Amino acid sequence: MDTREKDIEKLKDYKYGFTTDIENIKSPKGLNEDVIKFISNIKKEPKWMLDFRLKAYERLKLLKEPNWQKPKYPKIDYQDLYYYSAPKSMKDKPKSLDELDPKLLETYKKLGIPLQEQARLNGIAVDAVFDSVSVATTFKGELTKHGIIFCSMSEAIQKHPDLVKKYLGTVIPVTDHFFATLNSAVFTDGSFVYIPEGVKCPMELSTYFRINASETGQFERTLIIADKGSYVSYLEGCTAPMRDENQLHAANVELIALDDAEIKYSTVQNWYPGDENGKGGIYNFVTKRGLCKGNNSKISWTQVETGSAITWKYPSCILKGDNSIGEFYSIAITNNHQKADTGTKMIHLGKNTKSKIISKGISAGFSDMTYRGLVDINSKAKNSSNYTQCDSLLMGNKCGAHTVPYIKNKNFDSNIAHEATTSKISEEQLHYCQQRGLNPEEAVGLIVNGFCKEVLQQLPMEFAVEAQKLVGISLEGSVG
Amino acid sequence: MLKISNLNANVENKSILKDFSLNINPGEVHAIMGPNGSGKSTLSNILSGKKGYQVSGEILFENKNLFDLETEERAHKGIFLAFQYPLEIPGVNTNIFLKTSLNAIRKARGEKELDAIEFLKLVKEKAKELKFDEEKLNRQLNVGFSGGEKKKNEILQMSMLAPKLSILDETDSGLDIDALKIVADGVNTLRNDDNSFLIITHYQRLLDYIKPDFVHVLMNGKIIRSGGPELAIELEKKGYESFN
Repeated sequence: MDTREKDIEKLKDYKYGFTTDIENIKSPKGLNEDVIKFISNIKKEPKWMLDFRLKAYERLKLLKEPNWQKPKYPKIDYQDLYYYSAPKSMKDKPKSLDELDPKLLETYKKLGIPLQEQARLNGIAVDAVFDSVSVATTFKGELTKHGIIFCSMSEAIQKHPDLVKKYLGTVIPVTDHFFATLNSAVFTDGSFVYIPEGVKCPMELSTYFRINASETGQFERTLIIADKGSYVSYLEGCTAPMRDENQLHAANVELIALDDAEIKYSTVQNWYPGDENGKGGIYNFVTKRGLCKGNNSKISWTQVETGSAITWKYPSCILKGDNSIGEFYSIAITNNHQKADTGTKMIHLGKNTKSKIISKGISAGFSDMTYRGLVDINSKAKNSSNYTQCDSLLMGNKCGAHTVPYIKNKNFDSNIAHEATTSKISEEQLHYCQQRGLNPEEAVGLIVNGFCKEVLQQLPMEFAVEAQKLVGISLEGSVG
Repeated sequence: MLKISNLNANVENKSILKDFSLNINPGEVHAIMGPNGSGKSTLSNILSGKKGYQVSGEILFENKNLFDLETEERAHKGIFLAFQYPLEIPGVNTNIFLKTSLNAIRKARGEKELDAIEFLKLVKEKAKELKFDEEKLNRQLNVGFSGGEKKKNEILQMSMLAPKLSILDETDSGLDIDALKIVADGVNTLRNDDNSFLIITHYQRLLDYIKPDFVHVLMNGKIIRSGGPELAIELEKKGYESFN
């Protein structure tokens, strides 16, 4: 086989593994004040934004990289990374999709995300982030009619500085923890959503993240604000090319729900997981946090995590408003040498707050999976409750599954229920399905989708089918 | 249809089947009776393609070497096993399992896959025939089903898939008399000049309702006697010991 054939052979396993040959503008390598100023300058940011970054950078100098997680990784040399990379053609930002570099359009087409508005992706508005910048946001006109703001973070900083200033860093402060603070210092782009009072967003909003350049970290920042009585459903998808190096992805996502508002945030994460020997792949170290600020507000996280070499994240809810609700539905799949340490935190502060955690972990091959979750019911959170269900499914006998729940209840009126199961796909189950005509991969797909059903049901319809397929693909080759 | 010649099967160097031979022609119903540990389930496992046995000898199904076929390929060719202990698959709706199975087999045969409406029509019809509680079709596969319901579910699947060769591995054990009749009805409905059955059982009881063409007595991995239905009655009277 020549190299090209080999590449094609490899692509079968991870079909998003191609690279786009495009000219980039990069910041100088390494992390220092000048690089931060470079980023802020190239984005023509106002002074308050630069100050925010520099404040974070000052703080970062005092922080140590955490090391308590289960999956360990070789030391990252933060001076050996590029913190900003953008396609050259984006320098003078195109005004419409017609002006967009055809190579970028082609890339997103290959990924199955048509950006041309006329292509109308099932009526879903998309914001596409390529390496460090947002390249296109679709359906702006339609959304503007309802007063909804859906744009790149860079654009929001220019056009809606008051909203950004008011909310950015209020859920994940610049002083939070190493990776979150690093993000605050160097974040490049991401999505911004504002849903005005009383508006139910008429379509799914979606962001598609793509890492392309090598030796580049992706640090996006997403901020979603649902004003009183509003509703929004938001979905992010992610892929990256196959590279032998490990690439860092340290995003911050902040959600804020005011009185009676609801935010539904879904993730289908399919970053490049590394090859079957564990070489390469993305380090997905993401901080996601939602604040149920208002009374009767609700935030729901749904995640399908199939990619990345290491997934390390805990999408969390701070239930500050009385009667607020936090939900976390998760499917995490690890195969080959992938590792995941993921779960959630539910912090109950308000009265009558409720939270629900449904976590489904599937490990195959030589992989290792940890569910880690915190349920913290404050003394003032009277009459609150949590229900946690944590199921692990093992395939083969070389993988691991661990459940680490932390429970703090400072309140007599409140109650917490935790259920956990661990099971294995048995040879007998596989044999049974095969006897009924299914091949081993179809059989595993069926059994695993059954196992994950409660979570898959939470996804917006358009993505549930996609996610179901992804679940099957991620486990290909795990039966033998 | 099925020709087993000098089949030897070992598990962990223990010999289970010894020079086992059996011929089943289209349309025939064969019953294999034998005490515990005689090798009955090993036979059905090997026919279905279950791994973990060292085998020698030959099994031809419609003149194809069965050992060259994966489990699912055997199913595509029309071999069906009603399991002695049907498996539970949590989270998987019974209807979805049935539809996936039926369409996998139809696809492999180059037939058109059924859409949801066609499938539901068929499954309802079959469930009614077998007095299978329709509500259970919307439950997780075999989860919380009683022993009898699980066995009836096997027969429902059999009648949906309409196989050429159906192997019933102790489908009658643990069934009450009503369920036994339903199972027998399922077999008798499917019985014709083309379809064959291999019925593995401890007791003569089921054979009151499904009249076999041949009865074989299996002991210590070998058929020690073959005959007509009267052999089952003799066996019931005298017990296995007298045949040894």
